[in-house]
Amino acid sequence: MSMTMKTKTILLGTIALMSALTFEKASAQIGTPYIHDPSNIMECDGKYYTFGTGGGGLISEDGWTWNGGAVRPGGGAAPDALKIGDRYLIAYSATGGGLGGGHAGKVLTMWNKTLDPNSPDFAYTEPIEVASSLDDEDCDAIDAGLLLGPDGRLWCTYGTYFGFIRMVELDPKTGKRVEGNEAINIAIDCEATTLMYRDGWYYLLGTHGTCCDGPNSTYNIVVGRSRNVTGPYLDNVGRSMLEGGGKMVIAAENRKTGPGHFGRYIVEEGVEKMSFHYEADFDQGGRSVLAIRPIVWKNGWPVAGEAFKDGTYEIESERRGYALELAVDFVRMESVRRRGGDPNDPPLPPVKSQTLNDVISTWPQGDINVRIGDYMFRPHQKWTITAVPEAGGYLGGPYYKILIEGTNRALAATADAEVIAVPTFTGAPEQLWRIDQLTDGTYRIMPKKVPGSDKELVLISAGDSTPSLGKFDMNSDNSKWNFRNP
Amino acid sequence: MNIFHRKTGLAICFAVLLGVSAFAQNATPAPGAFPPPRQNYKIQTPTNLSDYFTEATKGVVSPDEKGFIRRWMILEPIDKPNRTNTVFTDSYLRQAFDTLYFKNQFTILPKDGEKVKVGKQKLAWHALDSKLYNVKLYRFAAGLKKQVYGLLFWAVTVIECEEDIENVRFSAGSNSASMWWLNGEEVLLLSGDRRMVVDDGQSHRLTLKKGRNILRGAVINGPGMSDFCVRFVDEDGKPVKNFTISYQ
Repeated sequence: MSMTMKTKTILLGTIALMSALTFEKASAQIGTPYIHDPSNIMECDGKYYTFGTGGGGLISEDGWTWNGGAVRPGGGAAPDALKIGDRYLIAYSATGGGLGGGHAGKVLTMWNKTLDPNSPDFAYTEPIEVASSLDDEDCDAIDAGLLLGPDGRLWCTYGTYFGFIRMVELDPKTGKRVEGNEAINIAIDCEATTLMYRDGWYYLLGTHGTCCDGPNSTYNIVVGRSRNVTGPYLDNVGRSMLEGGGKMVIAAENRKTGPGHFGRYIVEEGVEKMSFHYEADFDQGGRSVLAIRPIVWKNGWPVAGEAFKDGTYEIESERRGYALELAVDFVRMESVRRRGGDPNDPPLPPVKSQTLNDVISTWPQGDINVRIGDYMFRPHQKWTITAVPEAGGYLGGPYYKILIEGTNRALAATADAEVIAVPTFTGAPEQLWRIDQLTDGTYRIMPKKVPGSDKELVLISAGDSTPSLGKFDMNSDNSKWNFRNP
Repeated sequence: MNIFHRKTGLAICFAVLLGVSAFAQNATPAPGAFPPPRQNYKIQTPTNLSDYFTEATKGVVSPDEKGFIRRWMILEPIDKPNRTNTVFTDSYLRQAFDTLYFKNQFTILPKDGEKVKVGKQKLAWHALDSKLYNVKLYRFAAGLKKQVYGLLFWAVTVIECEEDIENVRFSAGSNSASMWWLNGEEVLLLSGDRRMVVDDGQSHRLTLKKGRNILRGAVINGPGMSDFCVRFVDEDGKPVKNFTISYQ
């Protein structure tokens, strides 16, 4: 961060008063998701929380619609949050001067049994200082990031562009600095750092670029990794983050600038999300907003997954590569075989694609079974997927309807945990679908509700040619799908 | 009846003669046209039923290691000429499989050697155990010196369970299209010009009930290889094997 605390507070106060935009232009979170420097997202008693600079933060009941209401005392900048046991540890910095100010900072930690401000158990402990920087040393002790490692050791990174990113070890029982622990320099040229661990690697996430300049902010999130938590953290070309290295995780795109302040949320094995802010979402008036995207792991490196886009797709099974389709008669096209021929012959006209009008009269009127078959870009295989904003959402996305292109015929879950295509989309929960990009880049497709059941099931390939609903298993290609251009 | 006589030498001579004849019939199709009907082609490779099947035994057998059901009562093939397998749409198949070809077609539990009348054909049921996980219908027809293309096969087997087995799926692959019924209820239709693939299509979840369950299937094929493989799998896709299989 290079903006003064005061300015941040004014900015947040201003944007919190402004109304939400319509969904159509917003692929970031909806509601009033206005925040700067968000912490890791925490789940507490069925709700999601994130804290930001200046105090307070956001609450969401479904992970898609966010509004203010989270409570964090102490003000200051760029908090982080971590659940340890049955308590939440919050780290934040009590000062921070920015490029033109002083650099005397303090990182503090405090606990709470709950994040719900309406709970009788809601009470923060007294903040404890765990790290600090002097006014003119090579560090600016703000922007704390927390990691509880696989060995149970608790680490806190902090710092800005002014000098080094540093790391200290905390006691996971008390939140205090481990006695005698010396801070370690692990990176330069970053801010908003945090750590994560996966498959024997520690990853150091940092934010590069220019903060707090709205549509002109060049903020971007980069990563290095190390086998040891204390580093050295190297990027994909072997350059240390102490030398300014870092591999891009996400940069500006799609009318949104300045992604910064990475946080990781593991939904379950294979389903991971990254939270951050955009410095400016052009479709939300250029405000700084919370964003949530899938994490895709590519060759051992995290990259931002796709924000799912409305459109018409082939829905391809990862199991066999066949396509989800209506179980209707395959209508043959005029079969004119054009092999060889004299090269001096005049060019032949293109073959027209089969259209919905060519075939729809052959389809039954009522429910139609769904199967999986060879993809032939035919009308019974093209699915138009559109967000249904009024239906709510889940962590990172809205629910979608999945219709045969050009029709209102909708993919639906049934009470016996199978799938069919009903003639008319009604908005019923069994016709609404959650779409999560998985850590390997494929997708999970999940009905909002299986009629008569509380089970959380996903669309699976029971056989090569048979879709059904079943338990999600990241280790099975039966649970995975791809959306391909039709 | 004993259909397992080895007359290899005679068969080879016969096949060589017929092979020449078959080759002569292999007219080049006109450009843009389907190849001519192939159902009149004669067998060019000698097939002995005993290479693919063993004779019926009394008693029961279990599914094989991977759960495949190898014991079947199979009816000699019914003539059903089709010059191509691309005609096997759902509508065509429903009409084809709903057609009554012989008496008690959907309820019969035939005995080995029992005959049924299909039009002018008199066809016998054969109690067989496949030596392979799949049932090679082409070889069944060839071994009986019947025509091998443009056919409809009917097969039935009896599954006996000591207790209800819930939440299993009937799982099949067939070449070409097929329809399957368990205890008289349709459980799976595999349509189109289809190759046999293990676990290609599966039924909805169903219950194999305590006692006898009658599994019936019909496989249709124009030209080309014809076979099927069938098993039951559990919710995790693992084979179900805790039942026995018999002809009655």
